[in-house]
Amino acid sequence: MAPLLEVENLSVTFGRKGTRKVQAVDGLTFTVANGQTVGLVGESGCGKSVTSLAIMGLLPSRGVTVSGDVRLEGRSLLGLPQRQLRDLRGSEMAMIFQDPLSSLNPVVPIGIQVTEVLVRHRKLKADAARKEAVDLLDRVGIPDPTRRLKEYPHQLSGGMRQRALIAMALACSPKLLLADEPTTALDVTIQAQILELLKALVVESGTALLMITHDLGVVAGLCDRVNVLYSGRVIESAERRELFGHGRHPYTAGLLASVPRLDSPRGAPLLPIRGSARDTIPWTEGCAFAPRCDNVIDACIGRPPELTDVDGSHQLRCCNPTTVRPVEVLG
Amino acid sequence: MSVDLGKSLGKEPASQPGKGLGPDLGKKDRIDRLAALTATGPDEAGVSLTRDAFRRLRRNPVAIFGAFLVLIFVFVAVFAPWLAPKDPKTLYLIAEVRPNNIPGSQAGFPLGVDNLGRDELSRLILGSQQSLLIGIVSTLMGLTAGMALGILAGGLGGRVDTVVMRFVDIMLSIPGLLMAITVALLLGFNPFSIMVAIAVTQIPIFARLLRGSMLAQRNSDYAVASRCLGVPASKIIFGHVLPNSVSPVIVQATLSLATAIIEAAALSFLGLGNADRSIPEWGSMLADAQDFLTVRPELAFYPCICIVIAALGFTLLGESLREALDPKFRR
Amino acid sequence: MNLVEVRGLKVHFPIRRGLFFDRTIGHVKAVDGVDFDLEHGKTYGLVGESGCGKSTLGRAILRLIEPTAGSVIFDGVDIAGLQGEKLRKARKRMQMIFQDPLSSLDPRQNIESIITEGIDAHDLLDSRKQSRARIVELLEAVGLSAAALRRYPHEFSGGQRQRIGIARALAVEPDLIVADEPVSALDVSVQAQVVNLLEKLQDSLNLTFLVIAHDLAVVRHISDTVGVMYLGALVEEASSDDLYAEPLHPYTRSLMSAVPVPDPDVEDRRERILLPGDLPSPANPPSGCRFHTRCPWRQPERCDTEIPELRVLRPTHKVACHYAEQIEAGTIRPKSADEVAADQGVYVAATGGLDAKDLLDAGKDMPLPQQGF
Repeated sequence: MAPLLEVENLSVTFGRKGTRKVQAVDGLTFTVANGQTVGLVGESGCGKSVTSLAIMGLLPSRGVTVSGDVRLEGRSLLGLPQRQLRDLRGSEMAMIFQDPLSSLNPVVPIGIQVTEVLVRHRKLKADAARKEAVDLLDRVGIPDPTRRLKEYPHQLSGGMRQRALIAMALACSPKLLLADEPTTALDVTIQAQILELLKALVVESGTALLMITHDLGVVAGLCDRVNVLYSGRVIESAERRELFGHGRHPYTAGLLASVPRLDSPRGAPLLPIRGSARDTIPWTEGCAFAPRCDNVIDACIGRPPELTDVDGSHQLRCCNPTTVRPVEVLG
Repeated sequence: MSVDLGKSLGKEPASQPGKGLGPDLGKKDRIDRLAALTATGPDEAGVSLTRDAFRRLRRNPVAIFGAFLVLIFVFVAVFAPWLAPKDPKTLYLIAEVRPNNIPGSQAGFPLGVDNLGRDELSRLILGSQQSLLIGIVSTLMGLTAGMALGILAGGLGGRVDTVVMRFVDIMLSIPGLLMAITVALLLGFNPFSIMVAIAVTQIPIFARLLRGSMLAQRNSDYAVASRCLGVPASKIIFGHVLPNSVSPVIVQATLSLATAIIEAAALSFLGLGNADRSIPEWGSMLADAQDFLTVRPELAFYPCICIVIAALGFTLLGESLREALDPKFRR
Repeated sequence: MNLVEVRGLKVHFPIRRGLFFDRTIGHVKAVDGVDFDLEHGKTYGLVGESGCGKSTLGRAILRLIEPTAGSVIFDGVDIAGLQGEKLRKARKRMQMIFQDPLSSLDPRQNIESIITEGIDAHDLLDSRKQSRARIVELLEAVGLSAAALRRYPHEFSGGQRQRIGIARALAVEPDLIVADEPVSALDVSVQAQVVNLLEKLQDSLNLTFLVIAHDLAVVRHISDTVGVMYLGALVEEASSDDLYAEPLHPYTRSLMSAVPVPDPDVEDRRERILLPGDLPSPANPPSGCRFHTRCPWRQPERCDTEIPELRVLRPTHKVACHYAEQIEAGTIRPKSADEVAADQGVYVAATGGLDAKDLLDAGKDMPLPQQGF
């Protein structure tokens, strides 16, 4: 069966005529199967958010060049006119953002914003939409939903807003849900609530989830498959156990070694990756991670490394991968 | 604690690309060179925000056009006595002026003469002096007084702020024209009273603007950091808070020049300007021309065009200045 | 030996309303009676969620916010009582590192003048030449080269900006450094660089750190002692190892169970203690134990009415919970989040979310206008 979402060789370049071009996404390829939860992990500037906007067709048309292909159930999205994309958004695919306050209309009550989606995409009558909205808010764990419908976004807490957004995203039971850093702006205890909610909803509704985050911990508990991005390309892609247990790319290994873990023995020094994401070379000249890599060899520069199968479903883009397991997995 | 910190510490490896890549120097150089390609070039190092803004201003065609108009205006005003082909006060063709006929364009008088037979072109050229003088002096007066109040309110805060701002509110609540007429009546009919009148209406704008931006800046992290370092309050206000607060004021001052020119014209149009009507001024020229609108509409049209061009130049320059100084537009 | 002793520290922000003259209609109790000690040369970590008052506490200790009550004894001197020039002089010994490295550096100053400022303010060095050499030394100590001197903050990456912020703090040779979320604005791969740098500087300069952060893993890594804050008060304080080995307060437990770990095996096996709702409003905190509205272990009566003291349970472990022993022994079982929510009748977030956050945001910006510098 063809995967639900196929992103193939997607490139996004920003920059008007005359200004220097910025390549945000650079030949990105990955797939999301029906009902699968896939993680897109990377640091700021790796192109993960731009990717999600490109999939949703939300990038501005001026000053942005998009190439490659994005297919939802075999149907190419990049060439679609805005009208059709608008219909697809919300019904077939939906998105939740990092900052729930700025993605809700501040002067319209939550209830109207939720029912609007229902009326628009599911063609419900006002009364039915209202009832459905109450159900939805209840499903995402918003207490006293009837009263909440009348409230404005600023009257809800951060966690509640994110729940309301999730309710709106799920209103039409989309096949694909994109979540761009949905918990980054929230506190840990609220983050735990939202993650549990997402986990439960994905299982319950069979929606595929594309989780975009910088937090490896979030991915470890949630995603079936993880794609690690660096400088606009996937550098490693594997099932989550494989990736966390046997990650081979020096960047993946470096990320895992540089974050302190709550459950590892204290006093072990952190092993940071040197430099910053600014220290990079263009992919056409070699591996973009080479300036920061400890494993760098001659083959790393000169020609771009390809994404190759390591074994089974584990893919790697590296000339000199690490051989040891990056972090001892504690029992 | 010893002062020679560097020695006691050992040196943290500088976080630069390529450092510590091992003994393979050739490879290290290659990576460095590649990384340098993507990083900012050496010529761009050490560029202050002001210089950066100025550079962006120069690249903006709107700014260039605005500056061009302003330059012409200033040039004409400064060299008016030499540029004017004839004496603006001599009643050359008074003999030919009839109640229903004013001589039009003819040899020696390219734009014709006014209702008293004076050369229109020369009067327009010399009229620019009045406009520029009133515009600049009144804006400078308004700016000085407004900034003084703004610094007082925004720098000291608390009760001072409340008192100063209530005072400014009262100034704001008086209609500008009414205020101008009152000032003109009090100080007599001369250019100075127009300057004061316009300046008084501008004071509250500058005061509010600077106060708001200073209050925001003084709570910023870098102001707190300076306070934490034990930097004296006056030094924080004048060394950090003020320099970071003036950009909107500078923009407003440029835009105010345009308003001042228009207001100056309006006040002399109403007869509040110079008692000596023989001195050319665009506003009074317009007022004189209105009695002959049916006979010679051009006479009203010419000073209008001059006012519009001068005001437009400052407005365009101000708007592009706002764009250039806005941190959001920085790459 | 203790460098700093904080006793009964309170910071209450007045809530003012009024048409002409502002009337005080209540207080946001951002910090409401906190006691703790900072041991010389050690790191004290302060964790809690946004709105718990940890940043306010940090700033109150540095007198960047006026404390409402209590004392901060710094090396025998009560900082809370100092005024004017004495306070300004005292600032030399305690410095701060900020969360957002960009906004904490004046965008219009180059690196040299940013770092020189503290040196000039306290007349630490006589000549320009001396101070130039000293700045280069400081930059090298934090891992930057002398080429940075003439550059401006916007030309650096986040990690490098944070290094500049650290160099600025070190310039006045402080004893105490309060680091407010020093790494949370940085990329994951860069966070470790800054954490390692802080540790190294502590060793070589014998610095005392107060690290304020929401990231428990980072705090645990860097701290010797950790204090957990909830709604303006400390609920638990223990040595870093003890706290993570056996958290005693229900809030600490749920907090720790909520932190994601980058390991699928751990993530799949662990049980989360989910808390219902959000932080209640610090303007109107719950009676009795402040955590009782969300606590899965809440017992009737006593938790609702009696405020628990921070009591010493073991030599290096203090906790503010009436039933810490029973919870540890397992004689009181936790309820699920839904049960707790149902128990409380109204949902906590209904009143909490809005007020708590908005008022605290207001509180953050509030202190300056009333105080001057």
